[in-house]
Amino acid sequence: MDQEALVALIPRLRRYARALTGERFRADDLVQDTLERALSKWALWRPGTDLRAWTFTIMHNVFVNQVRRAALAPESLDPDAGLEMEDGGASADTLAQLNALNSALQRLPDEQREVLLLVTLEGFSYDEAAHTLGLPIGTVMSRLARGRARLALLLEGNGAAGATQVQLKVVK
Amino acid sequence: MSFSETDIHRLIDGELPPVQAGEVAAWVAADPARARLAEAYRRQRGLLHQRYDALLGEPVPVPMLETVRSGPARRRAAANQSIFRRAAGAVLLAVACTAGGWFGHARFGGGSSATASDAMAALPQRAAVAFAVYSPEVRHPVEVSANEEAHLTRWLSTRLATPVRAPTLGPQGFQLVGGRLLPGEDRPVAQFMYQNAAGKRLTLYLSTLAPGGVSARESAFRFERVRNVNNFYWAEDNRAYALSGDLAREELMPVARAVYEQVGKSAAAETPAPPAK
Repeated sequence: MDQEALVALIPRLRRYARALTGERFRADDLVQDTLERALSKWALWRPGTDLRAWTFTIMHNVFVNQVRRAALAPESLDPDAGLEMEDGGASADTLAQLNALNSALQRLPDEQREVLLLVTLEGFSYDEAAHTLGLPIGTVMSRLARGRARLALLLEGNGAAGATQVQLKVVK
Repeated sequence: MSFSETDIHRLIDGELPPVQAGEVAAWVAADPARARLAEAYRRQRGLLHQRYDALLGEPVPVPMLETVRSGPARRRAAANQSIFRRAAGAVLLAVACTAGGWFGHARFGGGSSATASDAMAALPQRAAVAFAVYSPEVRHPVEVSANEEAHLTRWLSTRLATPVRAPTLGPQGFQLVGGRLLPGEDRPVAQFMYQNAAGKRLTLYLSTLAPGGVSARESAFRFERVRNVNNFYWAEDNRAYALSGDLAREELMPVARAVYEQVGKSAAAETPAPPAK
């Protein structure tokens, strides 16, 4: 029955993994590895505690390990990186914008992208994000601020960015 | 009361108690630069949901469900069992093969890589086993299905380090189901699967060959029956091909010819030779 709770989390794990890796196949690999890891550590999960945070913590650890391994690998095995776009029905403008979003996201440092996605896409509170990533809440907040500022710069290009940039220096 | 930019984040993330949220909202609204910032961050959230929420509505892939539902305790046993079940067909088939064929491979497995001649000799057995293992699959006949053919082509071409494309066999009555990556003797191998209107399946097994090449006799268009699987196989431009199916030889022949003609043409047009490795 607890496993069904884990099943119910899969769509959210897939969404987060997709935004985190930017590639559909890598994302599903990440989810699959996360689920296997979660089951192998199932005995360590204490019923009554937050399964979502626990599972996202595992995904974070798996992701960090994969990134570390990928840094040693000669090249990406997914030739689709950043190419695909599955949202049908959006206007061309919106499509371009959404595609730009995916590539801009991938240009954020991993640790900023993780925090930004947990808070804005997954709706984690600062406290939950801190708990999930094993970070002090202050670190979560500064990574979030830096991630958002950088994403804004990447998305807005050089035009509106100048004014934003001056503002952003205030943020530590 | 003074606020900082951190409060803009707290505001849009709902981290402020109501009273303070009102004050911060007023503080943000009072300054165009701050208002722009808040607006930009809210827009990010909207875009993120627009871009990625589609995943929430997608059906969960079966392997993920199986992983979770098989449960922690039974997981290992279940995995072993299903691997065993899948492998069983292959093993039985392999046992039925001539001893020099399948089991002869053991001597190449110890580190030194197989030569192109060895690979050609083993090709029909390997291709037939791959056909026998995957063609009866109802749920997972392929890893990437034909509706993602562009991805399939790019993926397999990357992994085999040579352009790989599924031939069109429509005129012969066979539609592409999709493809998968398989472990070959000492390198990755591609398998494309086709199906006709009657549900009969064929597989095309495609491997690069070690440098050194093969003799004209070894690269010739040949036929071999492995148990109940018929195979046409040949080599060209340092690539080996095998078309396998449980169709009669005379039914399989025209399809194999069509593959032969198409891959010959495209290989000549696209690439001189695969990289040496």
